[in-house]
Amino acid sequence: MQGPTWSDGLAGLLTGLGLPDMLALGIAYGIGAFILVNFGMVSALLLIWITRKAISRMQDRLGPNRLGPYGLFQTVADAAKLISKEIITPSQSDFLAYNAAPILSVFGVLILLAVVPFAPGLIGVDLNIGVLFVVALGSIGIMAALMAGWGSNNKYALLAGFRVVAQLLSYEIPMVLSILTVVLLTGTMSFQGITEFQSLTIGGFNLGIGWLGIVMPAAMLIFFISSLAEAELTPFDLLEAESELIAGFHIEYSGMKFAMFFLAQFVNAWVLSALMAILFLGGWQGPGVGLPGIGPILGIGYFFIKAYAIYVLQQWVRGTFPRVRIDQMMYFAWKVLVPATVGLIVVQAIVQKLPFQSPVIYALIFLANIGTIWIVVTALQKYIKSEGLRTKRSFEPASLIGTMQKADTYAMY
Amino acid sequence: MVPLTGYLLVGAFLFSAGLYGALARRNAIAILMSIELMLNAANINLVAFWRYGEAAQTDLTGQVFAVMIIALAAAEAAVGLALIISVYRERKTVNVDELDLLVG
Amino acid sequence: MPPLPPLPSIGQLVFAGIALFTCASALGVVLARNLFHGALALVATLFGVAALYVMLEAEFLAVSQVLVYVGAIATLITFAIMLTRSMMYGKTSPLNRQWGKTGLFAVMIFLALYGFVGSIPWADSAAPVIADESMIARLGEQFVTNYVIAFEVLGLLLLVALVGAVMLARDND
Repeated sequence: MQGPTWSDGLAGLLTGLGLPDMLALGIAYGIGAFILVNFGMVSALLLIWITRKAISRMQDRLGPNRLGPYGLFQTVADAAKLISKEIITPSQSDFLAYNAAPILSVFGVLILLAVVPFAPGLIGVDLNIGVLFVVALGSIGIMAALMAGWGSNNKYALLAGFRVVAQLLSYEIPMVLSILTVVLLTGTMSFQGITEFQSLTIGGFNLGIGWLGIVMPAAMLIFFISSLAEAELTPFDLLEAESELIAGFHIEYSGMKFAMFFLAQFVNAWVLSALMAILFLGGWQGPGVGLPGIGPILGIGYFFIKAYAIYVLQQWVRGTFPRVRIDQMMYFAWKVLVPATVGLIVVQAIVQKLPFQSPVIYALIFLANIGTIWIVVTALQKYIKSEGLRTKRSFEPASLIGTMQKADTYAMY
Repeated sequence: MVPLTGYLLVGAFLFSAGLYGALARRNAIAILMSIELMLNAANINLVAFWRYGEAAQTDLTGQVFAVMIIALAAAEAAVGLALIISVYRERKTVNVDELDLLVG
Repeated sequence: MPPLPPLPSIGQLVFAGIALFTCASALGVVLARNLFHGALALVATLFGVAALYVMLEAEFLAVSQVLVYVGAIATLITFAIMLTRSMMYGKTSPLNRQWGKTGLFAVMIFLALYGFVGSIPWADSAAPVIADESMIARLGEQFVTNYVIAFEVLGLLLLVALVGAVMLARDND
């Protein structure tokens, strides 16, 4: 732990009132956990509303608009409906796995909120291994999906559980590697430390715009793409492609148990956008956060604006991109993103050891990032060309095979 | 503070449980899980001895070897499970006492 | 009247809770008839061991434990259980013929270890350590200085294991 946090402050206050140390700490952290968990739950309602509004605008619809101003309370009504619905348990389901899966899935997401820094000093607990903590606890969601798939006693749910594991494990690797570039540069794994690194002080005034995303756009993009896959959003929403498959690993769940998976998915998407805001867009950093008194309040504002902006960006991508095929998804993770990120890390590690001033090193890292983006885009162009050719060929009548024109005239232009 | 004996006893219990599972279960996957238990028991001991050692602040050998055991366990699980899947495909069983091809 | 033993501190109570949880889940791993429940108990055990690491102030190790064991190994084991799931519905016993003797042997081993561990006056408390980032940095340094050969061999082993696993599990047709 580094630096005082607000829970330490509260604990100090309680100790001052005459409570024993351990009890005061327990109460302070208990209050913090209570606030964070409820924040997660309540923000899910808002997140679902944002999603529905954003996507309906993109599809030229109005979206929810009946209940409350701008239909804000529509999600509350939906939640009430889901609570009142009958909970159906499939016969011969595995009692333990079936019932523990939704709880674990919500738990695995809400526990991540503990290390998200909302403002200077406003963080559940500033772990010195915060980044690793987030990555490790992501595996709880995978376990929950497997348990749900197995426990439902349904072969479609089981297959979907397998798909979840394949997708989440594959995209965890480029995500971790892109976080590693940030850790390499900042030299810390604590989220508060990473955020503080991104200040830009000129003449004693903290402008707060030394964002890492400016220096490493490629790492940021790779993180964003992986976070789309981790949050199971289009173009990687093969796990529950509504128009093509049945619902996925939670097909056998109804009522509140289904709602828990739903909630976990939305909060997970938000946590991933918050992580992107922290890692690459400065978190609570912004002009004026260094000022005494008003600074932390500004910080909360900056943080939420960034996190929600990225969340809306995710929904924008979700509303506009077509879905990829599963082999294309795996190809992209293992043969494009992973090698690109590993190369980026190697180059960055070498650059950081060069005997230059830090502006030169930042410039070199920026160049390496641009190079990575160029390589990835070139690889994708090549792939799309060959894919276009393959699709065209597969529609040729069999009698024409061998009489076709040369391949390159078929290439997409 | 918890005495070192507590950690060592947890390690001993995990090891004994793993030993029982590895020797008494028929399913190869269950045996693999029991072996993971035993590796964890060794790890608890390593970390506990590091923490209660003379120079816990500077000498991190216990932690180093614990990390190595974790990596080793990952390699072991990958190869072991690949073997089990491959055997299952050939013989339609993963019970080790039914794999008696070499018994005359 | 002999003096009462001192009351356990909060740390000791927490340790007792974690130790009981870990041991109970470890028993669950080896005793569960349903293999999938055994795997879930294994996950619980691994979390318990991670909690023990946190109590030993090895947070980095605790998180690595969760990352590698729960994230990779437990997932792999669950996968293997599901791929060989026809094994679970047989009417045969999950235990082999020697389970009685083995149980006795395991209990004896535990009692022997118990007697051995209990007979040595181990340290009751350890010097406080500052488990901050510099310790993680030192751990990393150890890997690339004192233990560099072991580290490199480990990397090679992982690569070989990966390739070997792919070769073994691949469908030959």
